[in-house]
Amino acid sequence: MAAFEPVLLRRLNRPECKTLTGYRADGGYRTLERALKEMSPDQVTTVVKDSGLRGRGGAGFPTGLKWTFLPKGHPGPIYLCVNCDESEPCTFNNRYLIECDPHQVLEGIILASYAIRATTAYFYVRYEYGSGTRTMQRAIDELYAAGMLGKNILGSEYSLDVVVHRGAAAYICGEETGLIESLEGKRAWPRIKPPFPAIEGAFRKPTIVNNPETLANVVNIVERGGEWFKSLGVPPDPKNPRDAGSFGSKLYCISGHVNKPGIVELPMGVTLRELLEVHGGGVWKGRKAKGAIPGGNSMGFCTEAEFDIPLDFNGPGKVGCLGLGTAAVTVFDETTSIVDVLHNLCRFFAHESCGQCTPCREGTAWMLKIVERIKRGQGRLEDLSILEEVADKIGIMPGTTICGLADGAGWPVKTAIRKFRDEFKTYLREGPGKGPSPGMRLQMAGGH
Amino acid sequence: MATVYVNDKAVDIGDERLNCVQAAERAGVTIPHYCWHAALSVVASCRMCLVEVGERKVDEKGEVSTVMQPKVVPGCQTPVKDGTVIRTADAKSKDAQQRTLESLLLNHPLDCPVCDKAGECLLQDYSFQFGKAESRMVDEKKTPPNKPDIGTHVGLFTDRCIMCSRCVRFTREVSGTAELHVVNRGTHAEIDVFEGHPLDNKLSLNVVDLCPVGALASKDFLYSQRVWNLKSANGVCGGCSTGCSTHVDSNKDIVYRLRPRFNPRAQGHFMCDEGRLGYHHVNDPARLRQYLVRGENGTRAVEWSEAAGVCREKLGAAASRDPGRVWIVFSPSMTVEEAWLLANYARQLSPFVKLAMGPVTVSGADDTYPKDRKGRPEAKVKFTIRAEKASNARGVRGVLAHFQKDRLDYQHFLQAARGGQVDACLISQGQSPAIYKPGVEEGDALASVGFVAVQEMFASSLTDRAHVVIPASAFSEVDGTLVNHAGLAQAKRASCAPWRGTRTDGQFYLELLERKGLVHAGNLRKEIAKVIPAFKPLESGDLGEYGVYCEKLKDPA
Ligand SMILES: Cc1cc2nc3c(=O)[nH]c(=O)nc-3n(C[C@H](O)[C@H](O)[C@H](O)COP(=O)(O)O)c2cc1C
Ligand code: SF4
Ligand code: SF4
Ligand code: SF4
Ligand code: FES
Repeated sequence: MAAFEPVLLRRLNRPECKTLTGYRADGGYRTLERALKEMSPDQVTTVVKDSGLRGRGGAGFPTGLKWTFLPKGHPGPIYLCVNCDESEPCTFNNRYLIECDPHQVLEGIILASYAIRATTAYFYVRYEYGSGTRTMQRAIDELYAAGMLGKNILGSEYSLDVVVHRGAAAYICGEETGLIESLEGKRAWPRIKPPFPAIEGAFRKPTIVNNPETLANVVNIVERGGEWFKSLGVPPDPKNPRDAGSFGSKLYCISGHVNKPGIVELPMGVTLRELLEVHGGGVWKGRKAKGAIPGGNSMGFCTEAEFDIPLDFNGPGKVGCLGLGTAAVTVFDETTSIVDVLHNLCRFFAHESCGQCTPCREGTAWMLKIVERIKRGQGRLEDLSILEEVADKIGIMPGTTICGLADGAGWPVKTAIRKFRDEFKTYLREGPGKGPSPGMRLQMAGGH
Repeated sequence: MATVYVNDKAVDIGDERLNCVQAAERAGVTIPHYCWHAALSVVASCRMCLVEVGERKVDEKGEVSTVMQPKVVPGCQTPVKDGTVIRTADAKSKDAQQRTLESLLLNHPLDCPVCDKAGECLLQDYSFQFGKAESRMVDEKKTPPNKPDIGTHVGLFTDRCIMCSRCVRFTREVSGTAELHVVNRGTHAEIDVFEGHPLDNKLSLNVVDLCPVGALASKDFLYSQRVWNLKSANGVCGGCSTGCSTHVDSNKDIVYRLRPRFNPRAQGHFMCDEGRLGYHHVNDPARLRQYLVRGENGTRAVEWSEAAGVCREKLGAAASRDPGRVWIVFSPSMTVEEAWLLANYARQLSPFVKLAMGPVTVSGADDTYPKDRKGRPEAKVKFTIRAEKASNARGVRGVLAHFQKDRLDYQHFLQAARGGQVDACLISQGQSPAIYKPGVEEGDALASVGFVAVQEMFASSLTDRAHVVIPASAFSEVDGTLVNHAGLAQAKRASCAPWRGTRTDGQFYLELLERKGLVHAGNLRKEIAKVIPAFKPLESGDLGEYGVYCEKLKDPA
């Protein structure tokens, strides 16, 4: 198989492309120009819909389909919210995009806004991303100066404003309705649905929320066509009528106990093992892997024996994980205590639960207390069944909670216990200090 | 017409738009709920109301099939329509209810023995009805510090809070003052205020009623009574002409608190702090409790019947000399029934005895809520504290208008008294001192009146001048009818006996009339309705839970 040429990351090491001149010299904004001249908004939507592009923010919802949920013939305003909150631990694909190639993201934003007839696009960016925020703002300023944002973009009928909004520094600000509340200046308390944002979102107007990577893909899809996009990745499973396929390339983040942590763009469907061995340089210090998180904390764990799963939208589900998530792989080596790893994750969710829903607010804190006690050496066997049960029931959607955080908080707990039960039992019996690498903290990239 | 099936029982809900909690209530089934409240926005966050929901369909052949949704859903957020099936007591719902309660109790201090809410706490009630007996948490509970001064009238027991956010929504949506908010995330979330901006608005104590648990407590009521010792009677607030429906909670004839009683016709769910706290005078030991007769030989305490006898004799004598120089003054807070009896007595004396309305306090302008962020009233009004601080001015006026063409008010009376045109008078001034306190000049106006009888709750410039002092009864001691600003006639019930040795105002008037028997509000209403057309709606004698409108008593638009 010929080596894959990166598309989204093709300007990764070309800092000159961060400027408008550099980006245009590389062929940038030609797609936008053509779309504004030759295509109607609905045509852009159709191209995106037919490409099979699914959201890169975690849920994998078909992008074009989402756009068609907007009310037809709405008098406006309609908003686009770009979800660059990116607070999922070990996830930094958007960070690379906005720091290294801001104009690609902006071209995607303008194209998507045109397709959905948005008049304003809010770029909601994680508070901690100072450098990326400044880069984006500079790029936006350049566009305004060049008449490519604001009134009559590139001489067309279409006008759009892009506003950068620095996030409120919480994981929950990335949940789409939490983001909208936060954008409106309130606490990021996710909203109950319905109404969905496409009907009533930011400032009570129809709103589409998309991830920057999703929008960057839109540029290449409109440029090269849906067929090109579909030539990459994994087609739908014919045996699963609900599978919409995993087309295109994906930015995979690799972190944890690997020799070469970082980011790599590959067609969807690379196996976890290949990602680790070929692109992540293998496990560090000559050790073996014990397991990994396939796509951000909320997805649960897989064991080393499960590393042959393809990292597409369906793969992780085959080994009892929630899904692909953000495709950020975190590997931990054989000396790591699973109790430590789980403790770290439970701390994260208990800290980040917004606190609205009873099951999530209390459940995340309770699970943390139990795991903390186990870690101290005061665990009991029944704690494992309580943990499993709480994790199973904490966030059944829809139903027990308003947003998906609670569900995500349950997966690492239940998968850890199911897949590493023997290690937990040994730990319970022998206490800290006897199991593998006592007290060692899993180093996580991407903050938190 | 829509039919909903709750635990297999069909209920017809007409064309109302209801959620599952409301629809189930119609079927007599309680879906436990905390965050949902009819007067507040829906947040569906407590997840206490999880139920199974489905749809019942009948096909062409008449076959009935029910399809249930696979997962439980929040009943408060789920609207019902024709054919909706709700199951609240099957395994799935029960499991969800138990889980939510277990979660809520994880960090709950369970200090019911010292909690004001115990006995009327929804956490107790639901735990008993829907929960499990034991907690599986062996770890330590969190113990956030209390905030006893979160509000002027309200304190917060932080650890008891279940984060339903009702209080926060109340201050945002109803009072509009937005003092309360949530700080911190997750299990560390707490209700709080900004430094230097305590919960302090004229509706603030409503959050105590809204709080399903004992987290928010009224400083006024705190630690004064166990609620199961309280006896509750339906009342009507005497604070202003809104006439909020209330519960008057008392124990052994001492009133301990007032709470709003839901009445869509009067005020809705809430009441103002001033009205709520306007009961303290009832228990005040300084209240007059003796009938006094003042003569040349000084002042004597007498039996109530003797006091009535003296009044009858003096007023009668004056009326037979010149009835136009005899005045009877009616308090705007007396009941319709009392006004009726007193007016009847006046007419028994003579058709020419003057009937005057007592002082009606008007303070400022109507105060409406919510307020906007700058404290200005918003267009859509949810609550009004009225400027007119009299609970029954319309009812009393309605009675007086029947007996006398001229409308005489308190100023007319005082003028006549000062001008030496009054020979004898009976002034019924039973208003709470917080609302009306007679001034010195009013007492002075009576200097030249030959005979003065005053009915008062406390010693005042009027009782100083009185030849007969009649202790007046408080709102909690009388049955009767009050008519609010909109002409709504509501019944209030006595919750306490009159002070020992005294009789209620109405009973005293019966004595003046030399009528036998006891005051019976229902019978008197029938009597009044027969005679005065404006009170026709009272004819059944029973005003129901919410009261009846007397259109003719409404202020002209
Ligand atoms: C707790 C939580 C956190 C989330 N954080 C992010 C995030 O940081 N960035 C993101 O793009 N999507 C995040 N999502 C997913 C968004 O809700 C939403 O699905 C996504 O932004 C849609 O964009 P897409 O369709 O382009 O993927 C989060 C979801 C949950 C439940
Ligand atoms: S599930 Fe958790 S994070 Fe999401 S809204 Fe509920 S409490 Fe907040
Ligand atoms: S203080 Fe009471 S009303 Fe307010 S959130 Fe807590 S439990 Fe609810
Ligand atoms: S608004 Fe008026 S009637 Fe209602 S509680 Fe306040 S004072 Fe009483
Ligand atoms: S009452 Fe329905 S979720 Fe709280």
